[in-house]
Amino acid sequence: MIDQAPAIVLLAPFLTAVLVVLVGMKYERACFPLVVLGLCCSAAAAVQTLLQVIEAGTLRYSMGGWPPPFGIEFRIDGLNALVALTVSTVALISAVYSKNRVPEENGDKISIYYTLLLLVVTWLLGMVMTGDAFNLYVLLEVSALTSYALIAMGTRRATVAAFKYAIMGTIGASFYLLGVGYLYIKTGSLNMFDIHEVLVAENLHQSTTVLVAFILITVGVWIKMAFFPLHAWLPNSYAFAPTTTSCLLGPLVTKVMVYVMIRMMLTVFDPLYTYLQLNWGNIVVWMAVIAILAGSLAALAQTDLRRMLAFLIVAEVGYMVGGVWLANTAGLVGAIYHLIADVFMTLCVFLFAGIVFAKTGKRDITATHGLFAKMPLTMAGLVVGALSLIGIPPTAGFFSKWYLIQGGMAAGHWGYVTALLISSLAMAVLFFRVFEYAFFGVKPAEGHGDHHPSGKGKFSEASASMLLPLLGTASLVLLIGIFNQSIVSIITDFVGQFNLTGSIMR
Amino acid sequence: MELLEAIVDGMNYWIFIILMMIGLYAMITKNNLVKKLIGMSIFQTAILLFYISLGVKEGATIPILPHYYAHTSQEEQGNLVGSSDQAHAGKEASSATEGGKEKPSVAHAGSPKIDPNRFTNPLPHVLMLTAIVVGVSTLGVALSITQKLYTEFGTIEENEILDQLKSGDD
Repeated sequence: MIDQAPAIVLLAPFLTAVLVVLVGMKYERACFPLVVLGLCCSAAAAVQTLLQVIEAGTLRYSMGGWPPPFGIEFRIDGLNALVALTVSTVALISAVYSKNRVPEENGDKISIYYTLLLLVVTWLLGMVMTGDAFNLYVLLEVSALTSYALIAMGTRRATVAAFKYAIMGTIGASFYLLGVGYLYIKTGSLNMFDIHEVLVAENLHQSTTVLVAFILITVGVWIKMAFFPLHAWLPNSYAFAPTTTSCLLGPLVTKVMVYVMIRMMLTVFDPLYTYLQLNWGNIVVWMAVIAILAGSLAALAQTDLRRMLAFLIVAEVGYMVGGVWLANTAGLVGAIYHLIADVFMTLCVFLFAGIVFAKTGKRDITATHGLFAKMPLTMAGLVVGALSLIGIPPTAGFFSKWYLIQGGMAAGHWGYVTALLISSLAMAVLFFRVFEYAFFGVKPAEGHGDHHPSGKGKFSEASASMLLPLLGTASLVLLIGIFNQSIVSIITDFVGQFNLTGSIMR
Repeated sequence: MELLEAIVDGMNYWIFIILMMIGLYAMITKNNLVKKLIGMSIFQTAILLFYISLGVKEGATIPILPHYYAHTSQEEQGNLVGSSDQAHAGKEASSATEGGKEKPSVAHAGSPKIDPNRFTNPLPHVLMLTAIVVGVSTLGVALSITQKLYTEFGTIEENEILDQLKSGDD
């Protein structure tokens, strides 16, 4: 049973999804407990997998007993295991949050909604764990399909956004598929590790075909992760979707794609190839700088709370892409640690936005009017998440930015360092504006009758099913920050095998 | 002339690129959402075509091994081939019956002489079966989103939808 942990991570939500759609037709109340149960199993198996990886090193699991490279192999190292655990934890947290929200926002489709939720978690976990390039394409496309449906269940703006996402997502996935095709022409293999071995053994890195494959795969993955000029699908999708959807997809999809990019760059193509031979680091990091600045500035211009958070995701993607392409150990460790920290920070603020929407029914930032007095615990959750996004010491966000900036300085890329600091400032402005509304209320000119802050009738803290996930996420953000050493040591083990020197670029 | 040769040599690549660009063009410029989806379909089909053409070899046949190749001993094989295809296998059959006792291990190992150049590569085809399924389901989801848009906006023209979004706030 223990040996099967990697498969259970994936199978638990998948089988539960089948069960939910069958049982949910008849007994809608059974959906929620089943979903939580399935995701708990998945998270527990992910913890077990991570422990196994820490203890015994890279784990190889052949799906269905077919030996690689013919069968599909899961090869799980420190990076996989950490990201898989993160994904399943976030899924569990947003599933708990969904208890009251799904009946309220999609009352007539509860069982279908939960089935889709479980499926998207399954596919994302599959993308994280698979060791097969074509399998990754299928999971990429299928997870995107599921998220189109989840997003389109929102308001009519969300439906428009889902259509746009469907078009762009298909282009991205197709580029990836083409890239895999070109790799297959040259190597005759689809197993990621096998491809790498053939590329190195037959010295194919000089080949133009491999270069084309690299470009296609990278661009495809960039579209999927909403890297700045290619981000058009993201903001509206996450801003107008049902709140559970944005809590689940907002943190996860982009970060899983960053993981895919790291996996492709380091494991499939060689770091020597991506960093040294191509020597694009400088250009890509400058693109990341633009992404960071554009995302932060666009966020400043928003009045819709969730849209603002969506633009922050665009900025955060810039952080990670920049960190990876800095081509040194500190930058890479920072990017991977930021990936994990950012999932939880984003989840934290999206949960807050969901609660505000649930309580006030308004999307604007001004909806936070006077919330410190009415919902002190909810605001405490937001404060932790916001401080982490800004980068204040005990939280996870501080440490990830610390590593990223270290990487930037080691690479001598001052533009990147400056962009990080400016973006931190922008986030400080953003969140202190929210705090101001929540603490002092909206100015009478903008808002309505400041003298009767609770004029619409008193509302108090959100129900436990919404509050507990928020507080749990906030404490996770703090814990990840405080125990950053143990996480970083796992990441350093993973990065260490690639022998990046302090700065490979110069 | 060189250009022409290059085009003819890589015919499959040219065709798939042209199809892909047609699809991309439709996806980007068309105003009608269904036309966009048609473009998307063309785009995906172009990639299917690319993969399928990878497996093709000149003068090769479908990769189905005749039953006797895989499962019979060499002696029987020789007879079978001899009876079915005399012109080509006549010599082979006689040599197989002569040398049958000397090298039976080859036949029993389950790997009779299969010339890979005589068979197309089945793997890209199998991959594309999966990709076709994925493409069809993408199209299905996208069409149902279009249907939802139609019930919500009463139109499938993109500019009209955007106009409605601008004027009305929801």
